[in-house]
Amino acid sequence: MQLFVFICGAAMILLGAVGVIVRSHPVHAALSLVLTLFGVAVLFVAQDAHFLAAVQVIVYGGAIVVLFLFVIMLLGVDRAESLRIDPVKVQRPLAAIVGLGLVGLIGGAIVQSRSTLRPRGDGIATATQARHDSNIKQLANDLFSNHVFAFEITSVLLVIAVVGTVLLARRPGRSGASDAPQASTGTKAGTT
Amino acid sequence: MFAQITPTPTWYLLLAAVLFATGAVGVLVRRNPLVMFMCIELMLNAVNLSFVAMAKALGDIGGQTTVFFVLVVAAAEVVVGLGIIVSILRKRPNANADDLAELKG
Repeated sequence: MQLFVFICGAAMILLGAVGVIVRSHPVHAALSLVLTLFGVAVLFVAQDAHFLAAVQVIVYGGAIVVLFLFVIMLLGVDRAESLRIDPVKVQRPLAAIVGLGLVGLIGGAIVQSRSTLRPRGDGIATATQARHDSNIKQLANDLFSNHVFAFEITSVLLVIAVVGTVLLARRPGRSGASDAPQASTGTKAGTT
Repeated sequence: MFAQITPTPTWYLLLAAVLFATGAVGVLVRRNPLVMFMCIELMLNAVNLSFVAMAKALGDIGGQTTVFFVLVVAAAEVVVGLGIIVSILRKRPNANADDLAELKG
């Protein structure tokens, strides 16, 4: 059963990842990204990370991909990009070499050091029928005892990101010109 | 006989390595800035997957806590990155990574 779940999750992840880099249409690439993210969530569940699986689906599959699709639709860049032509001649073979080299190097390191992977911590609580919230409790205990300062700093980071994005996405310079027509149409709509 | 094989943490780590390499190849090959950004998300997810596999293998919940922080930072990064991409693409529509080689606005 575990093997079956792993194979299904791995197939979802790899199909989605190949889809992201092969599909020429940005919307199709975003939908392939959803497939990959859901596959990662499946493998999170298979490894007793139930809370992270839920957060993965909500934050990544819900918020981030919707943000991508929103930007694609907003900017109107949703036309297929021709992948037949290769602007820089040697780029794709070099990229393939880099990819295979990365897999080879990281895979070699993983296979060589696999004997050192043995439990040394307190263990991950497995969710059972009686204690179905054990993963959330364990994660919360660690988060709010050992990492509480980092958790607080995270809120500062989010505020900075929101303020920075508002400043970036505002149309500079033309604010006075673009505000005036909107104000006039607003008053017109109000009077009629 | 087939059902007795359980996937070890090494399998998950190898899968994460393949996913990371796929994302890296995507960043190198694609020219649409939005798709390059999606490939960065693929690489982030590969690292998250290996963090969770390590947490399970080493029996330490700290790996899952780290993934939590990675998710938060990734959300902030996507917001800022898409803001930059929107402000660039609004000035010049259909710009690709080659057109943006200079940082000129």
